[in-house]
Amino acid sequence: MGFFFEVLIGGLLSGVLYALVALGFVLIYKASGVFNFAQGAMVFFAALTFVGFQEVLPGWTGLEPGSIAVFWMAFVLALASMVVLGILTEKVVLRPLVNQPHITLFMATIGLTFLVEGIAQAIWGNHVRGLDLGIADEPIEWVLDSADIIVSKFDVFAATLAGILVASLALFFQYTKVGRALRAVADDHQAALSIGIPLQHIWAIVWAVAGFVALVAGLIWGARSGVQFALTFTALKALPVLILGGFTSVPGAIVGGLIIGASEKLAEVYIGPFVGGGIEGWFPYMLALLFLLVRPEGLFGEKHIDRV
Amino acid sequence: MKLKQTALIGATIAGLLATGYAAAQEQFIGLPSYRVGPFGSNGASLYGGWIDYMAMVNARDGGVNGVKLTWEECETEYNNARGVECYERLKNKGPTGNSVFQPLSTGITYSVLEKVAQDKIPLVTIGYGRTDAADGRVFPWVFPMITTYWSQASAIVNYIGQKSGGMDKLKGKKIGLLYHDSAYGKESHAIIDKLAEKHGFEVQKIAVANPGNEQQAQWLQIRQSKPDYVILWGWGVMNATALRTAAKTGYSRDKIIGVWWSGSEEDTIPAGDAAKGYVAAGFNVAGANYPVIKDIQSQVYAKNAGNMEDKNRIGSVLYNRGVVHGIITVEAIRTAQEKYGKGKPMTGEQIRWGFENLNLDSQRLAALGATGFMPDLKISCEDHEGGGKVKFQQWDGTQWKVVSDWVEADRPLVRGMIEESAAAYAKEKGITPRDCSKES
Amino acid sequence: MLYREAGQFKASYQEDQQIFPIRQDRIGMAVILAFFFLAVPMLASQYWLQAILIPVLIFSLAAIGLNILTGYAGQLSLGSAAFMAVGAFGAYNFILRIDGMPFLVGVLLGGLSAAAVGVAFGLPSLRIKGFYLAVATLAAQFFIVWALVKFPWFSNNSSSGVITAQQIEILGFAFNTPESKYLLTLAIVTVLAFVAKNLVRSTTGRSWMAVRDMDVAAEVIGIRPMRAKLSAFAVSSFYCGVAGALYAYTYLGTVEPEGFSLDLSFRILFMIIIGGVGSIMGSFLGAAFIVLLPIFLNVGMHAVFGSAMPAGMASNLELIIFGGLIIFFLIVEPHGLARLWQLAKDKLRLWPFPH
Repeated sequence: MGFFFEVLIGGLLSGVLYALVALGFVLIYKASGVFNFAQGAMVFFAALTFVGFQEVLPGWTGLEPGSIAVFWMAFVLALASMVVLGILTEKVVLRPLVNQPHITLFMATIGLTFLVEGIAQAIWGNHVRGLDLGIADEPIEWVLDSADIIVSKFDVFAATLAGILVASLALFFQYTKVGRALRAVADDHQAALSIGIPLQHIWAIVWAVAGFVALVAGLIWGARSGVQFALTFTALKALPVLILGGFTSVPGAIVGGLIIGASEKLAEVYIGPFVGGGIEGWFPYMLALLFLLVRPEGLFGEKHIDRV
Repeated sequence: MKLKQTALIGATIAGLLATGYAAAQEQFIGLPSYRVGPFGSNGASLYGGWIDYMAMVNARDGGVNGVKLTWEECETEYNNARGVECYERLKNKGPTGNSVFQPLSTGITYSVLEKVAQDKIPLVTIGYGRTDAADGRVFPWVFPMITTYWSQASAIVNYIGQKSGGMDKLKGKKIGLLYHDSAYGKESHAIIDKLAEKHGFEVQKIAVANPGNEQQAQWLQIRQSKPDYVILWGWGVMNATALRTAAKTGYSRDKIIGVWWSGSEEDTIPAGDAAKGYVAAGFNVAGANYPVIKDIQSQVYAKNAGNMEDKNRIGSVLYNRGVVHGIITVEAIRTAQEKYGKGKPMTGEQIRWGFENLNLDSQRLAALGATGFMPDLKISCEDHEGGGKVKFQQWDGTQWKVVSDWVEADRPLVRGMIEESAAAYAKEKGITPRDCSKES
Repeated sequence: MLYREAGQFKASYQEDQQIFPIRQDRIGMAVILAFFFLAVPMLASQYWLQAILIPVLIFSLAAIGLNILTGYAGQLSLGSAAFMAVGAFGAYNFILRIDGMPFLVGVLLGGLSAAAVGVAFGLPSLRIKGFYLAVATLAAQFFIVWALVKFPWFSNNSSSGVITAQQIEILGFAFNTPESKYLLTLAIVTVLAFVAKNLVRSTTGRSWMAVRDMDVAAEVIGIRPMRAKLSAFAVSSFYCGVAGALYAYTYLGTVEPEGFSLDLSFRILFMIIIGGVGSIMGSFLGAAFIVLLPIFLNVGMHAVFGSAMPAGMASNLELIIFGGLIIFFLIVEPHGLARLWQLAKDKLRLWPFPH
């Protein structure tokens, strides 16, 4: 039984990290109806920019490499880059495409994926880098001693961070003026426009926030597996979470992430051996697919997806 | 006007595609490199080392007996279709066409496997590609040199045997095989099963789905079943993640033995401290302290002409592997020139002969400044592998340290499997194997 | 002046219903076909045949397949490459396991197996739409590739999961030169393209478009959405499957399941978007564009910068330009190259007297 819980807890914690990436998709889809495939590339761009600044900053400023100051300066600079990238994307790529069919916008974001990947590597080079956030990825000892279950310190830290992020985003949407405007835009663009909400302003903010989320996701995933091109694949982990949780729901992303994370790990351990293993690649998609057959709008999705 | 312009641009591009560089006393080498995409980091080091070596030969010796080496890169993005296009684009360039094709991708290798025989261009796959092509009677144009996946698996098992105090100690041991769930990873199954049967150990095969950035489930299984050793058969991000997750689940890193595509700085640096103690196989070693690398530093980089953007990676495992590719290519050209005329550019057919008669014994390696850098190598008509030895290195947290001598594979067993598989291929394709006693 | 239909009268229904109602179009098509069937094999170099023309044709076929599903029936799919894989492995196994299986029948059966798999994965489309469906088709993409790697039967127990296509032989004639392979591919693609062109004008095709435009209305006028959607999935996957079989047999010769990756699916989607959604002609233009663009960029980069620019930088620049051009194209002409073609034709009608 201990093994079951170990797998389950590990899966839930991984699920939070999937949710973190999914969150970026949700934000943009909710506000502008764009399925932003470039989110994975943005995660990569953010992480690479962060470690890139971490490398060059000591040379520029004379600060000691690896010091707290360098970390935060790199963080701020990376965040600024992400905000600029988000706003530029909105202005240059998406604004000219307003009112185009969804699929065209979707393809534009795939084009954006190539663009962002290319720019990131052209600036910082394409070699693999490590990223140390100062939290060891090792089991919490007292849990290991008392229950013989492995729960990683790093995963708990990451999950907490993701939780705080989601909570603050939820509060931001609920209680600030910008947040309310954003929800209005999400509900109905034209109605929002007609009562004087500056649509393009809001979109720029959303893209900037999505950039921030991408940076946090990039730092955590980058610390887990190194800052390298494969960070773009985190998007593929987030997609089933999106279908399951609904494209428009922030809590859906979290709950969907938990379900996907736990079930894919349990499936790999308990079903995998019978079919030769390696099923983690497709299992979440199948699960989400089956779920959709029962509830076509996802867990928390809005009902207006018309059925046939 | 617009039409005219477009036509003009079109014609220019078509012209560029059609004409090669024509100049005498040059040996053209087409490089199907990949510098973007998920493996771009690896490709940059590999092709960087290779190009630097050729540049060094040009600068130090004025080429091979006066024949300058020229090359051109073609970006494949590790994609089979792009690889085929590069193959076709590069094949007729230079005065004698492309000398050799080395795509550093098993997928592209398979895609051009049959074309090379028609076009008479040797296909060299060092440490990847089709294993049974080591039977030169069936695959005259393919050279999976130094060592193949099967030899490597066998050498790893031998190394584990050595560490356990003898091959007979393997009986009853449990070895985990954590593999990339793809054609590449599955290549290990047949040989490991055979070895398990022979030595009486138990194998636990655990698949990791591509790309392998999540391995919690796999390592918890390993924690549960507690194998004595884990062989890591990964590529790309899967390696770093495996080491991180092993640390997380408390599996000792010095019990993890990686294959050579899992044992580079690109795999250990992103894993951070978790990689300390990890052991990996390699048919070349890391380090810049070899005469050949020093020559590259003094002949190429001292003149600001090197290929690497990040000079810290000179002497890394993959960079040195690129240098090995360079050494083998240049030596094959040299061998061919000795038979067909020194100071002349060689054709693909002549270079094929050069590969087949390549003999890098310890003397030659010493002359090349590569003693201990790569194993000695002797290719013959029958055996296109010619060695099968690997060294093991351990990551000490900052660099790779050699921890073994050259470890041999179980040659009779591997060779038997290679011949069996090659014979099956020959039968399927209706190929009559060459009679090697008639080759000169 | 040249391109004007004035004076061409339709005297019968048959004349009114032909594929190319305008005489100049018929002549144009005949000239194009003659060019590609007769002139190209004689003039083109091996490089052009093997590395450019054959893949362009094959991808055009796959793009037609996806265009039927996405452009005509309105169902977004991200699994085209997987259906190509089914076609390739299907054809391989039929030809391998049944003695004396003619090549064309094998390819056809490969296409049919892809169609069957396509219908199975098309079932969710009865309940879900849009991006939910698109992401759901990713299940097909990942599952099929996984299954082909996992079960050694598909690759005839090859140790590495790679299949090597058998020699192509039709009625005793071996297709082993680039020219013959090109002609074979061209013939199959031409026939299937004409079939597609006709199909989308038929009852089935019109029912697809009705479902695409408004499914409820389509149902009201008596079109069964289930039948329309599933038939679209079947036909689309059939085209992709045949394209996959050709990809293995006339293009690469050896394929591995991983070759049919998500990346390839995206590329095919690019082809129809750039070419023009809902246009057979656009599928060809889009395929040519997406296959040629990276090659031209790579060649152009070498020609302009030579060795002056670090190779890594050059590769990244190619990626940036590729992505940038796609965005640029979508902004400038969201309806794709087919639309430009249409505009050119309209202009030509008035030329040289625009008023």
